[in-house]
Amino acid sequence: MTATAGLGKDLVGLEKLTADQVRLILDTAEPFKEVSERQIKKVPALRGKTIVNLFFEASTRTRISFEFAEKRLSADTVNVAAVGSSVSKGETLVDTARNLEAMRIDMVVIRHGSSGAAQFLGDRINSNVINAGDGKHEHPTQALLDMLTLRDRFGKLDGLKVAIIGDVLHSRVARSNIWGLTKLGASVAVCGPASLLPRGIAEMGVTVLPRVEDAIQWADALNVLRLQLERMTAGFIPSLREYNRVFGVTTERLKRAPKDLLILHPGPMNRGVEIDSDVADGEHSVILPQVTNGVAVRMAVLYLLAGGRPGSSAALQGEER
Amino acid sequence: MPTRTELLDERAIARTLARMASEVVERSGGTDGLVLVGIQRRGVELAYRIKRLIDKVERTNIPCGKLDITLYRDDLQTIGPKPVVGETSLPDLDGRVVCIVDDVLYTGRTVRAALDECTDFGRPRRILLAVLVDRGGRELPIQADVVGVTVSPTPDERVDVLVSELDGRDVVEVARGGE
Repeated sequence: MTATAGLGKDLVGLEKLTADQVRLILDTAEPFKEVSERQIKKVPALRGKTIVNLFFEASTRTRISFEFAEKRLSADTVNVAAVGSSVSKGETLVDTARNLEAMRIDMVVIRHGSSGAAQFLGDRINSNVINAGDGKHEHPTQALLDMLTLRDRFGKLDGLKVAIIGDVLHSRVARSNIWGLTKLGASVAVCGPASLLPRGIAEMGVTVLPRVEDAIQWADALNVLRLQLERMTAGFIPSLREYNRVFGVTTERLKRAPKDLLILHPGPMNRGVEIDSDVADGEHSVILPQVTNGVAVRMAVLYLLAGGRPGSSAALQGEER
Repeated sequence: MPTRTELLDERAIARTLARMASEVVERSGGTDGLVLVGIQRRGVELAYRIKRLIDKVERTNIPCGKLDITLYRDDLQTIGPKPVVGETSLPDLDGRVVCIVDDVLYTGRTVRAALDECTDFGRPRRILLAVLVDRGGRELPIQADVVGVTVSPTPDERVDVLVSELDGRDVVEVARGGE
């Protein structure tokens, strides 16, 4: 692993990264945890960089987490939400980004409802692009923070058994987790209603467990996905109560586990639906440490991308002149 | 193959550090409020050695910290990010006499970054700089208060400081060519 290997220009997803690149991000995140514990939570590493957070979908946690990460690295940030911007006047994604680029920005963090939006943008603009969630495709920084949290608690990811519970079909978090965890040697199982498991999921190298009880027997850690409530109206599940009865991660079910399971949830939680309050607030829940790690992981990604354009930064500067 | 000229061997390093330790105390006007801060990575080991030398003579327990200046560098754009940033852990610096310790003083850019980082952590009463080797070639108006040994190598020569904690042996040498 060398410094020049870096990450390339963009972070679109974990599928395209090598195991070494994933490890590089996790290792780089370690010292950034400490920066957030300082009295002055700021280092000058990205001083003078301008970053646009371009959010076409609602997000609280991810947007704020990115914003903290950017500010703690001394970058200048601008938030653009789809509502109230010229996007609502029908401007295309590329036009929006090109206009921003004309104002000399350095990076774009994008959240978009369409799968592939981050890649599409990254291919068309010179700025670094970071995917903060695109459609049902990937949400790489969420998976990275999940992996960092798992690694904190278990010491390593190799050989770890992680079960992802719930709406895997619509989940970019699940997809990024599967790519990242399997690359680093963890075993991944998915568990959820058949209507919410994508066809051919086994080809991603995961085991399908039909019952949540089976997942609890098998796993070292559970990553409980949010049940997107709009799925119910779309007919994927009969009712929320029914879902909780069959797939809910409850104290009663966890009592029967052969060992204590670590509980992760990407948020926002539907308490009493996919996860019980007792579990979410219990001693094995790492839901809040996940949020803390999110800032460190995003700082690492921003830092690595900011300088990680081997040979190309001079060319880009020449182009601007 | 690089050619290597030995500058200090293990015993010479020990003697030099002992002198530096007493000079640090002298320059700080005693051990009251003195804090040592080593710059990652070899500066950290040297700082701890100087601390032990001072503690032995003065019967003190001088606070000692470590500083990684990677995130304060001014060359992120030109050299790209260093993949692994080291640990920074500092004792309270407010009102203290802080002595920054590093192995080699060259351009002064590392020290400039260390000064910036220290002042983000507190407001020391005074900051001193102690280096094992001053090799000249400054690009900033920075000088050391306590110097182990001064050398004037040519720009293509490199001064390597090896410490037993990290490298298995203690030696300071000038290397030319290779690597």
